[in-house]
Amino acid sequence: MIPAAFDYVAPESLDAALDALREGGEDAKVLAGGHSLLPLMKLRLAAPTLLVDLRRVPGLTGIESNGAVRIGAMTRHHDVATGGIGLASMAAATIADQQVRNRGTIGGTLAHGDPASDLPAVLLALEGSVVARGGSGEREIAAADLFLDYLTTSLAEGEIITEVRLPSPDGWGAGYAKFNRRVEDWAMVAVCAAVRKAADGSCEDVRIGLTNMGGRPLRATAAEQALRGRGLDAAAIAAAAEQAAEGTDPPADLNASEDYKRHLARVLCRRALEEAVAAA
Amino acid sequence: MSETNGHVGRRMRRKEDPPLIEGRGNYVDDIQPGGTLHAAFVRSTEAHATIASIDTSAAAARPGIEAVFTGADLDLEAGLPLAWVPPGVEVTAPVHWPLAKDAVKHVGDPVAVVIGRDRYAVVDAAEDVLVDYDPLPAVVDPEKALEGAPFVHDDLGTNKVHEWSLGGDVETALANADVVVERRFINHRTAGAPIEPRGVIADYRTGELTVTSSTQVPHFLKLFLALQLGMTEDRVRVIAPDVGGGFGSKLQIYGEEILLAWASRKLSRPVKWIETRSENMAVSHHGRDQVAYVKIGAKQDGTFTGLHVKIIADFGAYMMLLTPLIPSLGAFVMTGCYRWEAVRTDITGVMTNKMATDAIRGAGRPEATHYIEVMIDQLAHELGMDRLEIRRKNFIPAEDFPAETAIGMVYDSGNYQGTLAKLLEHFDPEAERGRTADGKLRGVGFSTWTEICGLAPSRVTGPSGLGVQAGLMESALVRVHVTGAVSVYTGTSPHGQGLETAFAQIVADRMGIDPEQVEVMHGDTSQGPWGLDTYGSRSLAVGGEAIARATAKVVEKAKAIAAHKLEAAVEDIQLADGKFGVAGSPGSGLTLAEIAGFAYIPEDNLPEGLEPGLEDLAFYDPENFVFPFGAHAAVVEIDPETGKIDLVRYLAVDDCGPAINPNLIDGQIHGGIVHAVGQALFEHMAYDEDGQLATGSFVSYALPSAAELPSFETDRTETPSPVNSLGVKGVGEAGTIAASAAVTNAVIDALRPVGVDFINMPLSPMRVWEAMQEKGGVTA
Repeated sequence: MIPAAFDYVAPESLDAALDALREGGEDAKVLAGGHSLLPLMKLRLAAPTLLVDLRRVPGLTGIESNGAVRIGAMTRHHDVATGGIGLASMAAATIADQQVRNRGTIGGTLAHGDPASDLPAVLLALEGSVVARGGSGEREIAAADLFLDYLTTSLAEGEIITEVRLPSPDGWGAGYAKFNRRVEDWAMVAVCAAVRKAADGSCEDVRIGLTNMGGRPLRATAAEQALRGRGLDAAAIAAAAEQAAEGTDPPADLNASEDYKRHLARVLCRRALEEAVAAA
Repeated sequence: MSETNGHVGRRMRRKEDPPLIEGRGNYVDDIQPGGTLHAAFVRSTEAHATIASIDTSAAAARPGIEAVFTGADLDLEAGLPLAWVPPGVEVTAPVHWPLAKDAVKHVGDPVAVVIGRDRYAVVDAAEDVLVDYDPLPAVVDPEKALEGAPFVHDDLGTNKVHEWSLGGDVETALANADVVVERRFINHRTAGAPIEPRGVIADYRTGELTVTSSTQVPHFLKLFLALQLGMTEDRVRVIAPDVGGGFGSKLQIYGEEILLAWASRKLSRPVKWIETRSENMAVSHHGRDQVAYVKIGAKQDGTFTGLHVKIIADFGAYMMLLTPLIPSLGAFVMTGCYRWEAVRTDITGVMTNKMATDAIRGAGRPEATHYIEVMIDQLAHELGMDRLEIRRKNFIPAEDFPAETAIGMVYDSGNYQGTLAKLLEHFDPEAERGRTADGKLRGVGFSTWTEICGLAPSRVTGPSGLGVQAGLMESALVRVHVTGAVSVYTGTSPHGQGLETAFAQIVADRMGIDPEQVEVMHGDTSQGPWGLDTYGSRSLAVGGEAIARATAKVVEKAKAIAAHKLEAAVEDIQLADGKFGVAGSPGSGLTLAEIAGFAYIPEDNLPEGLEPGLEDLAFYDPENFVFPFGAHAAVVEIDPETGKIDLVRYLAVDDCGPAINPNLIDGQIHGGIVHAVGQALFEHMAYDEDGQLATGSFVSYALPSAAELPSFETDRTETPSPVNSLGVKGVGEAGTIAASAAVTNAVIDALRPVGVDFINMPLSPMRVWEAMQEKGGVTA
């Protein structure tokens, strides 16, 4: 790896990390695992002048789940995958390969804002949030406000995600349907679904997230509306899933046209919903 | 068969592996001569453009930069070599400089090299080289390229490279058919993708040049370095240290190798370059890339009459070492395992604004097998015949070997019914077909294949034959040291195959020693005799035979010494239990170590007139090629909703003659199958309509991993070749030559119930889904 020259610091406190980031200016980047950033640096598509590595900052790892779930931003994908926190665990278990899951972090992937990554759509669908610390203090950013566009989030310059918050998975069934050509690939399309059943077995609430169907993670709101309050039989699920790609404008590539991606979104939505309903 | 003591045929572990898996390998990037300078290339971002200007001043002014060279600085007398000069065939080839002069012809074409004291500094400085391009229209589609302008090379006035045909009166043969089936194939472009990209260190001092390169062909490289730099060969040494795979992509004389040697001579310093993965994808030569129009004809009873294959071969922007020869290698075996009235292959080579194609594992033969075997399934369906029955009906019978084919090749040995019968012992195809309980579409496909390897009889491939400017013989030097250890110098250049182990097994058996006592030396042109390197599944069938012959000479001398010491007749000396002794007198013999001692301390230990010493040399030019064969089957399961294909079983029965080491055969077959499954289902080196490379990394170039593949089920038959004393045939390319047809036939078998009866690779989920959509879609 022959990246452009850069400085590197690994501060031992969050305040020191924030200071370093501020002093580094707009070309400073947070290193939080590095499995997205370092390949970009290798290809010289990114050339930060300073990397502020969070690995020594205390208090940024671990999962607390007393009802609501709080995940330290530097928690590795492997720990999220094995953390027993529903949809987030299911999605994290499919990220790339074991080596990547051992290094990559939940805060890192959310801050990177790649719509092809697994966890942004999960955060969005579950209406989770991130806690960010910056020069002007701490704030909570709802997922719906976090992802703005391709690789673009609403994090301000100098802000660091410290924690990820998700609602309790209790009472929800979850399903994750990811489509790729090789297991370690990014999703060509993925659909995550969470379903809560009412006492009569109908759909009390449903959340559906779409991965790689646009410049940012998306909610399949039309499909959600089609199912909310309805029965959860196969026909209703299939009918709702037919609307999974409503309003999307997915980016095409060599292996997937827009039409094919919309088709995949519908198929995967049905599969994710079936899995979620079976588990609800 | 000569006397052996049982190492040949054993599943011996690879003796070359421990240093490699313990991190003690010695690759080009591990080597750093004192005072080494580093090189980085500035490469074209345009597919086709005139270079309006290059400003190197900012790069040259950076700290640590020693030199920046452009095409204008080159004072080489000739461009890079094309070693195929076929008698009677006109080949239109552009001049190909190691650095582009005036114009760039594909993305990645090098326009400047930056040389400096630090690897980081040269990459930084390369970004400061300002190249002003005037873009020209890119020629991307090979069929359109044949229609006329725009041209890749305006001065040539055409995009056509050559026309070449092999075969007979196929028109009559097809006219004799009751049924003719015609299909258009796209056999798409792929990469070699070795785990170690290329790397070069050139060190020119006091009139001598040493080049260390991650190459398959150190001897070829030595020759061409001498020719290109105007040196004599005795002043040029090439070392291929540990090489992390080649798959044909390192069977090449690359511009970087010549350029670094040239620069080292200019700067009087060693110069080193390590290829990045991005460079490897863009500028290590690619393979395949053919459009083929194929017609197959048969009588109503299934008897084949004719096969006509018209190939348009996309060669890319330049003719590299063997570029235009590659499709011809497929033409030699376009007859497959079958009898025909006539078969003909017509090849048209064409230039486009892409990286050059050249030999990649199989080189022309995977394409040939694909056309033959897919067409046979298409024909069987048209005739309503069983696809195995039609194969069996047309196989060349085992009793016909050596068998002359419809195009005049002589197949050395074969038993095609035998491999197919053995394959069917391992599974029941009918039980694997049809819809699964969960609605998946299952299909089974076959490929009963043969190929041509063991490059090569010089009278066939040499300058007056096919036109390769080399006699593809092979050499071996076998040296018994004073204490009985043995060094074997082979002219082949193993780079991952396990040949050190196989060669040691052959020598050990014939000398009554352990394979661990045999060291196989290769990859350094300053040691051992001239050789012809490793490619084309030649190293065992040609290189191994040379070793067997050199060993036989040494053994003959050892027996003479033993006879003298034991006061016996030399014809009574036999090797048994590690000793050369008198037949029928166990325990009386001498070990190789004892004989070596006598050989090097002559006194009165040697018979009258025998020279001291115990080593000998053999050069071997084979009489014929060898033709391995086999029967493969793939079982696929397709998700009708997404089009995704899951390869659920893969079975292979191969025959490469008597096994020297079954482990090594398994390794080659497994890797070879993966290479072809990769082409069939995953890998595609794709350029967009502007000639930009769309698959420049392993993110987009989808090499399959173990997770995408089943455990392969392999078995063998052993039909010896009469061509060499070992009876062996090559196996390095076998799996790759066999497998894409088996997989494709399985996919078509699975898709026929939903109306899809033909499809081209790569069988990506979207392509399969689109094919199903055209037939009205499938309900799960």
